Amino acid sequence: MSLTFQFTKAQTFSLVLLRILIGWHFLYEGVIKVYSPSWSAKGYLLSATYMESFFQWLASESMISIVDTLNIGALLLIGFGLIIGFKTKWAIILGIGLLILYYLAHPPFPGYPQGPSEGSYWIVNKNLIEAAALLVLYMFPTETSFGLARLFSKSQPETPNP
Amino acid sequence: MATDKKLFKGLSRRDLLKTLGGIPLFGVIWSAGANFSAKAKRERNLLLETLNIKASAPPASGPLSGEPLRVGLIGFGIRGEQLMRSLGFATNEWLEQMAKSSAENPNDKRLEDFKAQENLNVKLTAICDIFDAQAEKALASFNSNGNTCKRYRTHLDLINSGEVDAVIIATPDHWHAPMAIDAINAGLHVYLEKPMTHTIQETYDLRDVCRKNPNIKLAVGHQHRQTQSFLTAQDAIAKNTLGHVSLVVTTTNRNDDNGAWQYDIHPDASTDTIDWDAFLGTAPKIPFNAEHFFRWRKWWAYGSGLSGDLLTHDYDRINCVLKMGIPKYITASGGIYTHRDGRNVPDVMQINMDFPDFSTGTSQEPGKEKGMTLVYSATLGNQFERGTLLMGHDATMELGNMLTIHADPRSTKYAELIKENKIDPMVPIYQYDPSANGVDAVTSATAKYFANKGLLWTYRDGKRVDSTFLHIREWMSCIRNGGEPSCGINEGFEEAIAAHMGGLSYKIGRRIEWDHENEKIIALPGEDLDAILLNNDIT
Repeated sequence: MSLTFQFTKAQTFSLVLLRILIGWHFLYEGVIKVYSPSWSAKGYLLSATYMESFFQWLASESMISIVDTLNIGALLLIGFGLIIGFKTKWAIILGIGLLILYYLAHPPFPGYPQGPSEGSYWIVNKNLIEAAALLVLYMFPTETSFGLARLFSKSQPETPNP
Repeated sequence: MATDKKLFKGLSRRDLLKTLGGIPLFGVIWSAGANFSAKAKRERNLLLETLNIKASAPPASGPLSGEPLRVGLIGFGIRGEQLMRSLGFATNEWLEQMAKSSAENPNDKRLEDFKAQENLNVKLTAICDIFDAQAEKALASFNSNGNTCKRYRTHLDLINSGEVDAVIIATPDHWHAPMAIDAINAGLHVYLEKPMTHTIQETYDLRDVCRKNPNIKLAVGHQHRQTQSFLTAQDAIAKNTLGHVSLVVTTTNRNDDNGAWQYDIHPDASTDTIDWDAFLGTAPKIPFNAEHFFRWRKWWAYGSGLSGDLLTHDYDRINCVLKMGIPKYITASGGIYTHRDGRNVPDVMQINMDFPDFSTGTSQEPGKEKGMTLVYSATLGNQFERGTLLMGHDATMELGNMLTIHADPRSTKYAELIKENKIDPMVPIYQYDPSANGVDAVTSATAKYFANKGLLWTYRDGKRVDSTFLHIREWMSCIRNGGEPSCGINEGFEEAIAAHMGGLSYKIGRRIEWDHENEKIIALPGEDLDAILLNNDIT
C-alpha cells in the first residue's frame, strides 16, 4: 500500500508508540510462557463458550502441545516484529488472527457466561480493541520510520514519509 | 556481506537509532520477563521445599489373573446397578439410554468410559433381589457374552448355592450385617455397602465373625478411600503443614428429590411381585407399603438417615486422612425441616464429634494445643457447596477433588514468610491437582476458576475411572493376592459406631460418650441403646 499523504512527526510518533506498546504486550506474554513450562492454553480452550467443538479439538491430547508451542512462538514473533520494526505486516496479520481466536473462545456476547475478568464487557472487550488497533497499524505502517525495515527501504526511492 | 556493509553506510547516528532502536527495547522486555519468571520460580521452589509435601496417588492394586472370580449380588436396586457397572455389567436398558444420550450430546462420555473400563476377570453368577421386575431385568441383561447368571429367591439360597466365591451386598441397611455374617460364615468374601451395620450390637457381631475368619476379605463401600489426593493429604498432615487442627468441617448439601431419597416407585410394585416379608426382616411388621420399599432410606426401621447414609462417607474420608478413630463425645441436633412427607429420619442434621485427646501436631509451645472437633453439617434443603475444611493454627486444607492449602495470616510457623511477603495468605501455598502433571505452590484466580469447574481434570492413564470401580478392584486384588482392603472391618467398625452415636444423640438429645478402654458406648442404667436407635416413634 502506498500512502499519498505525509504524517506529521507527532502522528508518526503516536503510531510508532502504539506499535511498540502492542509489541511489548505480545512479547511479554510470550516470554512469561516460555519460562513457565507448566503453562498451557488447555483450560482456556476447554472452557470455550463459543465454537466449543473447535476449541475442544485444539485442547485435545494430540493437539494441545502443538497449539501451545505455536501460540508461544506466535506471541514472540509478533512481539519481535512490532518492536524491532521488521515484517510488521506479517506480524500484524498473525496478531489479529490470534486475538480473534482468543476473542471467539470467550466472546462477551450478551447471554454468554463472562468467566473471570477484571472488567465489564458487552460485545467489545480488550482483545477486540487490540485487534482493531493492529488493523490501524496495518493501514498506517511505520516500520520504515522506526525499525529495521528502514535499512532495506534506504536503497529504494525516498518515501513521502519522513 | 558487502551489501550488508553498504546497508549501514551513510547512516547518521540518528538514522541508526531509528533503525535499530527496537533491539535494546526487545532485550529489556525479554530479560524482565525472564527475571520475573525466575524469581517466581525461586519463591515457589523455596515454598515447596519448605513444605516438602510428597504428592502421590494411592498404589495401584495387584493383578487379577487366574480363574474368573464368581460374584453374587444381593440387592439389585439403584446402588446395586451402579456397583454392577463398576464390576463390568450394565443392563441393556442403561446401555440403550447411554447410547442415545451420547448420540445427542457428544460430551457425554459415560458409555465410552464404561466400555474402556478394565475387565475385572469376574463372572456374575448369581443375583438375589426380592422384586421380580429388578431380578428379571438383571437376568435379561447378564446372561450374555459368556456369562451365566441365576436368580436366587433368598440371600441364604445364593450364599449356599456353591456358585459364588464372593458377594456384593447392596440392600437396605437393616440387612447389611445379617447377610454379611451369613456370607462370611459360609466362607465368602464380602463387599458391603455403607453404613456397615444398622445397630450397635451388629457392629460387634460382624467384627467377631471377621476376627474368627481372618482369611475372608471384607470391604466396606467407602469408595472415597480411592480419592487420588488422600495420600498427599496424609503427607501434608504428617509434615505438620497445618499445625494443630482444632476444627474439621464436613458438609452435605443437597436440594433435590433424589438427594432427599424420594426415589421413583415402580408401577409393578405389589405383593405379587415383591417378597414383602423378606424385605421387612427384623423390621417392625407392617402391611405392604411400596413407598417404604423404594424409599426405605427415609425410615429408621430400614435406614439410618443422614448419620448413617451420608455422615459415614464424610467421617470415613477424614478418618482415612487423620486416623483419629471413634470420637470421645458426640452431640447432634436437627429435624425434619425440608421434607415433611411422613419420613422419620431428619433432613437437616448437625453432628459434633469431639476428640479431646487428638492432635495433628503443633508449632507452638508444648501443651498449648490439644483436642479437635469434627462438625458434620448437613441439609437436604440447599445445595450451596460448602466443601470440607481441615482448620489448623498454621494453615487450612480444603479437601475436595483438588487439595488446596492456604496459610493462616496468624500462623506461627509461616510468620516470617508472611512478613517477608513470600506467602500471601490469600493465595494457596500448596495445591495438588491429581490430574495435572506436577504440583504448583501458587495458582492464578483463572486457573482456580477452571479447576473448580472440573475442566482441568484428566484421569488415570488418560482414562476416566470411577472410584467405586477402583474400590471394588482393590477388594478383588486382596482376595486374589492377599493384603487388606483400605476400608476393612476395623475402619468399618469405627464408621458404624460413630454413625450410631450420632443417631443416638439425635434421638436422646444428649451428649453420647464412647468408653475407649472398654470399647462401649456409655448407656445410662436401664437404657437399651439399640432399642432407642431403632425406635420409629422418635423422629
